[in-house]
Amino acid sequence: MPGIIGRKVGMTSIYSAEGKATPCTVIEAGPCVVTQVKTQEKDGYEAIQLGFGDRKEGSTPSPLKGHFKKANTTPKAKLAEFREFNGSLNLGDIVTADVFQAGDFVDVIGTSKGKGFQGVVKRHGFGGVGQSTHGQHNRLRAPGSIGAASYPARVFKGMRMAGQTGNKQVLISNLEILKVLTDKNLVIVKGSIPGAKGSTVLIKK
Amino acid sequence: MDIINEIAKELVPVKDFPDFKSGDTVTVAYKIIEGSKERVQQFTGVVLQRRGSGVTETFTIRKMSGNVGVERIFPISSPFIESISVNKRGKVRRARIFYFRERTGKAARIKERKFFAK
Repeated sequence: MPGIIGRKVGMTSIYSAEGKATPCTVIEAGPCVVTQVKTQEKDGYEAIQLGFGDRKEGSTPSPLKGHFKKANTTPKAKLAEFREFNGSLNLGDIVTADVFQAGDFVDVIGTSKGKGFQGVVKRHGFGGVGQSTHGQHNRLRAPGSIGAASYPARVFKGMRMAGQTGNKQVLISNLEILKVLTDKNLVIVKGSIPGAKGSTVLIKK
Repeated sequence: MDIINEIAKELVPVKDFPDFKSGDTVTVAYKIIEGSKERVQQFTGVVLQRRGSGVTETFTIRKMSGNVGVERIFPISSPFIESISVNKRGKVRRARIFYFRERTGKAARIKERKFFAK
């Protein structure tokens, strides 16, 4: 289950041999540095910690500086753990986009674009009241009933209501990799991925 | 954004089409596949708009087929497009001439842009 940290570059479309246009997302994937190797004996589980992107030396806390110094690398902006990495990696090794091949299916984890505090129509796809006339004047996008009255005399947990929408972790699974450009560290996946341009994403096979 | 355009240019072959804008009358020769056979068909009409940028740009062409208006949207980097030729340069004041859809007969004429040699 190799993985890598990347940055969303943006979307475009490419044409297949039959001339079909396919929407795709370009991700700058790696190069990542192995900043820590977690083992069963020491940490209780096996994992590889990768670092991606540069960070100013001055704005890095001293404990982190020491952490990066151990791996003999410059401070990294984003750290993430990946379990069950194929093959044995050592501290300071570099992981590049060539862990993926065209045709692989990957999962992409990102943070979705924040939409702020939204009502139930946008947030959960409620239909609203449905009528804008016939006497109702300000209930067009209202949620309707949120439960019965004296029994159970409370609102059930998990009732879908208005609230913060977006800006949370989203996983998109089984995206096909259309192309890997190793010289530019770019991975092109089919379809869209969560987040704005420039946001950090994790790609897992 | 620059990276996107760079990559897209690499992945999608760039074609050299003449410059055209809304109001122009153009002929697009495009391949169509019927079963296993491939042939070239032509579509002549007025350009209503050009939309998007880079390899994802599209353009809309409208022609009158008898009494019925027919519009086609082509992606500009589609591999099916063989050639685009400009028949007439139109003089319009808008980048998107959707008002043209409501015009028929004599009203549906577009003044030609004239070019004078300097």
